[in-house]
Amino acid sequence: MSVLLDILSSVGMWEAVLRIATPLILGTLGVLLCERVGVLNLGIEGIMTFGAMVGWLTVYSGGDLWVGILAAAAGGAAFGFLHALLTVPLGLSQHVTGLGITLFASSFSYYVFRLAVPTASSPPTVEPFRPLAVPVLSDIPFIGPVLFNQTAPTYMALILVAVLAWGLYRTPLGLAIRMTGENPHAVDAQGIDPIWLRIGTIMAGSALMGMGGAFLTLAAFNSFFPTMVQGRGWICVALVVFALWRPGRALLGALLFAFFDAFQLRLQTVVEGVPYQLFLMLPYILSIVALIVMARRARVPQALMQPYRRGER
Amino acid sequence: MTRVLELDSITKRFGHVTANEDVSLHLDRGEIVALLGENGAGKTTLMSILFGHYTADEGTVRVEGAELPPGKSRAAIRAGVGMVHQHFALAPNLTVLENVLTGTEPLWKFRSNRAAGRAKLVELSRKFGLKVDPDARVSDLSVGECQRVEILKALYNDARILILDEPTAVLTAQEADSLFATLRQMTENGLSLIFISHKLHEVMSASDRVVVLRRGRVVAERRTAETSKEELAELMVGRKVQRPERPPATPGKVLLEGVDLALGGKGGASLHGVSFRLRAGETLGIIGVSGNGQTTLAGLVSGLYPPDSGTLLIDGQEVPRHDVPHAIAAGIGRIPEDRNAEGTIGDMATWENAVLERIWSEDFSARGVVKRAAARAATEEIIKGYDVRGASVDGRIRLLSGGNMQKLILGRVLNAGPSILVAAQPSRGLDEGAIAGVHERLLEARGRGAGVLLISEDLDEVIALSDRIRAIVNGRLSPAIPAERADARLLGLMMAGDWTAAEAIEAEDAHAL
Repeated sequence: MSVLLDILSSVGMWEAVLRIATPLILGTLGVLLCERVGVLNLGIEGIMTFGAMVGWLTVYSGGDLWVGILAAAAGGAAFGFLHALLTVPLGLSQHVTGLGITLFASSFSYYVFRLAVPTASSPPTVEPFRPLAVPVLSDIPFIGPVLFNQTAPTYMALILVAVLAWGLYRTPLGLAIRMTGENPHAVDAQGIDPIWLRIGTIMAGSALMGMGGAFLTLAAFNSFFPTMVQGRGWICVALVVFALWRPGRALLGALLFAFFDAFQLRLQTVVEGVPYQLFLMLPYILSIVALIVMARRARVPQALMQPYRRGER
Repeated sequence: MTRVLELDSITKRFGHVTANEDVSLHLDRGEIVALLGENGAGKTTLMSILFGHYTADEGTVRVEGAELPPGKSRAAIRAGVGMVHQHFALAPNLTVLENVLTGTEPLWKFRSNRAAGRAKLVELSRKFGLKVDPDARVSDLSVGECQRVEILKALYNDARILILDEPTAVLTAQEADSLFATLRQMTENGLSLIFISHKLHEVMSASDRVVVLRRGRVVAERRTAETSKEELAELMVGRKVQRPERPPATPGKVLLEGVDLALGGKGGASLHGVSFRLRAGETLGIIGVSGNGQTTLAGLVSGLYPPDSGTLLIDGQEVPRHDVPHAIAAGIGRIPEDRNAEGTIGDMATWENAVLERIWSEDFSARGVVKRAAARAATEEIIKGYDVRGASVDGRIRLLSGGNMQKLILGRVLNAGPSILVAAQPSRGLDEGAIAGVHERLLEARGRGAGVLLISEDLDEVIALSDRIRAIVNGRLSPAIPAERADARLLGLMMAGDWTAAEAIEAEDAHAL
């Protein structure tokens, strides 16, 4: 028992929670935005990989860290545009298109990476984001180092949660986005073109996914390797359901998952005689349980995965 | 009178099909114009052009003298045209206020002004007598309330011209009456209205002027006061339509008997102590305002739900098990109330829909394998025999119009030769030509010796087809009266739950027998 308490009371553990959560927050917000406008985006896994690669490559070739983040967002938006083009005006299956984009973007990332860095036995590194201590606040014991000594992209992710929550629920654009996810015919009847609204929103959501990927290479680690996203994208897709399509809850879900992940990492090192793979499973099992509990209350956007064609029902 | 709207020689083609040809139409301030036509006559296309959903190939639309740019709904909304769609354009998970506010403010605004929006909505709702709670979730509203939200949406956009596409298609008779009262009140507030319909009685009672559309052309225009149902029916269909006459009945043995049936909660309303008899070769009409238990009764007889108490006798035998296979095996044919939800599976082929109900019978399958050739032949036979237009054996059934879908269902049911036919709202949403066809088939089944249980809320239909009529009120059945004695006033009393007159007639009738 005291081992558990030790883990739970360590600053390092809680600090890790926020760090692990950051790419999940960005990715979940991205998926959430796409689904709110009525399109499933299973391209996230590949888009995050691409964002991780583009962000890293930009910095590796001499760009600023923030330019790297921006490049990742632009790369994500580009793949989002591809996904949107195939699923919205052409109305192709969103599952198949999304999985195709994941496969394509992942392989393409590795290909570009190999073109840029042809020979290297150990992956080259960049100078990543350093923790940024917020003056005064970071001096608060325990809470200070946990909350206010993170890297800049983590702060940005947290701000984005608030921005998205406000945007979706307080602005006319957000209402139009939510309406499109519920009934694109209604949006069209009010004189707004749901096709362009969907395309734009999917691009914005995919940009967030790309930024989530870039966090991995520019803050969490300092190099790129092709398998580094490791299913985080899929977790984000599940977290959106857990979040009942609300940004605030998405933050909560990402933190919860990150907590289990940080916890099991530390548990592996202290508990002996149990295969570590069991601990690795822990966050996934718990997220499935959480998903089951939450999904019963879910109000799924009614037009999710339904292509819109004018004059057809 | 000021002219608020003018459509000038509109032509619209889809490929080789001409949906509208040289259609001209005008609307004056404070006027209610009915656009009458059968399904597929081009009414909805015309209104979609006016509203900017489609671009006309030729012709112009002018609102208060100014020409509308084609293909822009936004421009139509700004010019004061509001459209109430037949299939509501609402988002069920959002609130009434959110539904109304969508698209009313510039998109790139930091904060939407909900307080002002709510105030305007409440004011409109008070002014036009369209009561609705702004914070209710649309999924919690009734169909009638949803329609009010649709109208409020248009009014919120400052519509001065309102277009309603088949506004009563999904409403009960009461809701429809109150809707037309509201519309009339709106014209007094300076609005002008066009409503699309194929129902003669509502056109006659609610409009000032009627424009009749047939095969995409305007075939006639009449002042409502100077025309009649009969004339309009003929103009709309293009020939004299007559609903078939009911020949005298020759009732035989009792085929179906309900004894003190009770059922709670299934199918929307409860049944309490329902008893009735249906004889071979007769039609028993059950009239009632929807929501009084008719769906439950139809479901019970069709084998969807077992009764809580009481017995159902088919051919004098107690039904061994209340499920659909037993009901079908016992010779019950079912025409469900909602053909899209219960009668067909929209994305499946016509032939699959035609045989699905009897897929386990030896005619259509053997050793777990579907006999496709037989199934397709049977479907072909239905399509030919029942004149199902636009249907191909392999086409998806959702592409059929309501009338043709109903013909297919009728064919599927009647070709199986049922001894008992449960027909729930068989002509709901159909146009005059199709209704006559359905009625003919129902009378044919009765003539063949089947017992027909007709459940309907259309007085004319029940009086025309039934031999005996009962009303259903709050899950109870009234005494039965012979159709000869039925008139709108008596049936109205029965539907309202006042059964004294009906009891007297039933007693008298029993005496006479």
